[in-house]
Amino acid sequence: MKVENFSFTYAGALKPSLRGINLPIMQNKITALIGPSGCGKSTLLRSMNRIHDLYPGNKYEGKIELLNLETGEFENILEIKKENDFIRLRQNVGMIFQKPTPFPMSIFDNVAYGLKIMGIKNKSELADRVENALKGAALWKEVHDRLNKSAMGLSGGQQQRLCIARAVAVKPEVLLFDEPTSALDPISTGAIEELIVELKKDVSIAIVTHNMQQASRISDYTAFMYLGDLVEYDETETIFLNPKIKQTEDYITGRFG
Amino acid sequence: MRLVVNKIVLGLSVFAALLGLVFLGWILVTLFLKGMTAMNLSLFTHDLVDNGLRNLIVGQFVLAGLASLIGIPLGMVAGIYLREYGYGSRFAELIRDLSDIMMSAPSIVIGAFVYAVAVIPFGGPSGFAGAFALAIMMIPIVINTTDSMLSLVPKELREAGIALGASKYKVIFDIVIRAAKVGIMTGILLSFARIIGETAPLLFTSETSNYFTLDLTESFPSMTVSIYNLANEPEESARDLAWAASLILTVLVLVINLTGRYVTRNKHK
Amino acid sequence: MLEKLFQKISLGSASFVLVLLIGIFVTLFLAAKPAIDEFGLHFLVDPRWNTEVPVENSDMTKEPQAVSSSMMQDGVTTDDVVEDEEDDLLADDEDLLGDDEDLEGEKATKTVYGGLVPIVGTILSTLIAMLFAVPIAMGIAVFLAEIAPKNISTPVGIAIELLAAIPSIIFGMWGLFYFAPIISDIFGGYQVSLLTAGLVLGIMILPFMAAITRDSMNTTPDILKESAYALGATKFEVIKDVIFPYSKVGIIGSIILSLGRALGETMAVAFLIGAVYQLPEKITDPTISIPVAMAVNFGEASGLGESALFYLGLILFVFSFGVISLAKFYFLKRNKG
Repeated sequence: MKVENFSFTYAGALKPSLRGINLPIMQNKITALIGPSGCGKSTLLRSMNRIHDLYPGNKYEGKIELLNLETGEFENILEIKKENDFIRLRQNVGMIFQKPTPFPMSIFDNVAYGLKIMGIKNKSELADRVENALKGAALWKEVHDRLNKSAMGLSGGQQQRLCIARAVAVKPEVLLFDEPTSALDPISTGAIEELIVELKKDVSIAIVTHNMQQASRISDYTAFMYLGDLVEYDETETIFLNPKIKQTEDYITGRFG
Repeated sequence: MRLVVNKIVLGLSVFAALLGLVFLGWILVTLFLKGMTAMNLSLFTHDLVDNGLRNLIVGQFVLAGLASLIGIPLGMVAGIYLREYGYGSRFAELIRDLSDIMMSAPSIVIGAFVYAVAVIPFGGPSGFAGAFALAIMMIPIVINTTDSMLSLVPKELREAGIALGASKYKVIFDIVIRAAKVGIMTGILLSFARIIGETAPLLFTSETSNYFTLDLTESFPSMTVSIYNLANEPEESARDLAWAASLILTVLVLVINLTGRYVTRNKHK
Repeated sequence: MLEKLFQKISLGSASFVLVLLIGIFVTLFLAAKPAIDEFGLHFLVDPRWNTEVPVENSDMTKEPQAVSSSMMQDGVTTDDVVEDEEDDLLADDEDLLGDDEDLEGEKATKTVYGGLVPIVGTILSTLIAMLFAVPIAMGIAVFLAEIAPKNISTPVGIAIELLAAIPSIIFGMWGLFYFAPIISDIFGGYQVSLLTAGLVLGIMILPFMAAITRDSMNTTPDILKESAYALGATKFEVIKDVIFPYSKVGIIGSIILSLGRALGETMAVAFLIGAVYQLPEKITDPTISIPVAMAVNFGEASGLGESALFYLGLILFVFSFGVISLAKFYFLKRNKG
């Protein structure tokens, strides 16, 4: 994915929340977005699957381009207008939220939800893909014997892994994680971080986190943002050990935040 | 001194609560005593023409049921519009406010309206007119309850559905309504309990009938309207019948009410 | 696409509410028009109902006769110009409320309707209800919100809500046979009276008012209350100086909203107010209110009498609408999300 000169203004706001962002999301790598509250990292992430469009009135400028794996060409997702294209976009760019969001249905139905939308009806195919997704989310062993029980009975960490399985089942190109572990305990956090690193074999990942240590642990590239601007983008090691911009260094070392 | 004032005021407040309970108890006990003396099985097997209540009980249910058939889908879909599609728009705000106001509107005026549009042009009372009047009363309640219950569903749940590529109406039906299912059901139950006890909208729309009938094109048996008529008759036996009917009606309404609350409490995660 | 279709359907359903409201207003207005045309605003202060009055020669040109069934078709009324001195000629179309029109004499007469008595009855009965209900409802709300521990406030709260669920006709039955005699024992006068009706009306709106007041009181932030307690205030003082001022707007709103509901209450009042078209001289006299007038007379009325009832209904509708809107917009700005 490529973000080019992208600006975003919320409906009714006087000033843009994001200004002229240029950022690549490298294939099969993890890119972390860090920065203090209000810097716009979530706003940027949510632009990548255009979930802002649920709320009318927002304004975009610039381009966000997604690589079409079939044609090998980049397409500007900001130009999408038709319902079908939106659906296709979101099947290619999945999202996991800060709060685990299990649907009020069984574990199986949760994971199968995206597949059914894609039109997959064959029962055995569904069962296979659900199983693979749950294995991929490291949840299969814990739930394989209660797939038709309600998802609401799972613990927080399990629910979040369920959401990951659900997103992974549709085989997206890109996965967007919006502070996925901030509502979880340390042990669940560790499990999910391991999972995310595993996932990059098959998908490209962008993760927003306010936890710098998490970013330095799992990401390959890091982007530091402040008040709507992209301040610095580089390989994670560089950002954390040898930042080029003073503001970045101040944030990393905790002088503000 | 301040402590004395405090004690007095708090005492008065407890007294007020007791007063409320006293009234409730008084009414229920009265109903029970007067109603039970007139109660016997023949009430349920005979119609009003033979001093029974069967046609009235069935009739009231039919009217409320028909009203629900119209009112519930209409109210729910409108409530869904207010919360899911029109959210934030001035039009939705307007409809929400109007619906709230209509919830407290005088029921006799609704009856007059239906009389003018559904009774006069058709030459007389009918069950359809009565059900229509009840439906009008039900719709704002269902809208309000659907709107409120949907508002309790966190927005992330909707976003998660959209993020998977589901279209809006799928998200609404598969996810949001299911999440709010219990609250909505309770609201519907309570609205049913409310309209099944109504009299004024039926007084001159469906009136009532002494006979058992399922013909909705004529005046239709209604327990509430008949209670009113019976209570005004001079014979003691008529009034006894009114008490028995009152007891049955109240038990019905309270049972539905309590069921609704019980369901909500149970499903509370 | 199914999506677009559903969007349209849901928009249509929501619009139905608006259509309904406008429809009710227009219908009432058209049905009331004959009476409005005939009596104008004088209707509001005229205490006569269904009274025959002689018509002076000078203005005896028209005898308005509204034929009911055509009233609804765009307000078309058939005006028969009748010059008569024989009242029998009027007999077929003029359907006075249950009366027969055997008027002696050869003077032409017309029937006059005025809404003063029901209007006054509505206002007075509601006032009595409010005077009775407000202190008790406040007390109950305070009890539920601040005094009772959880295991008492829950069942008591439910009991109060059940009181609200009891159909109004039941209040009428109980009120007529059990409450009314006691009131007339205490206060003298008639059993079915303004007072009895007002008091039972008060009992009926109690739970509603208490519930909304309690909800308003509960919006007071705990820290505010705790700060007051920390300064040594008694419970009463916290309620008086912190909670009530904070939730003042919501409480007033609940009172006004309850008032709006009480205005339209029909069945219980029908049992208890007496249905007599006379201004009460004493509070223990019977009288009538708008909803009761409509309830009692609609079935038998036609012509101008029926139109007059619609006129009353219109007045009630507009007035309730105004009161309820006032409560909603100035006092109960609930933010739902």
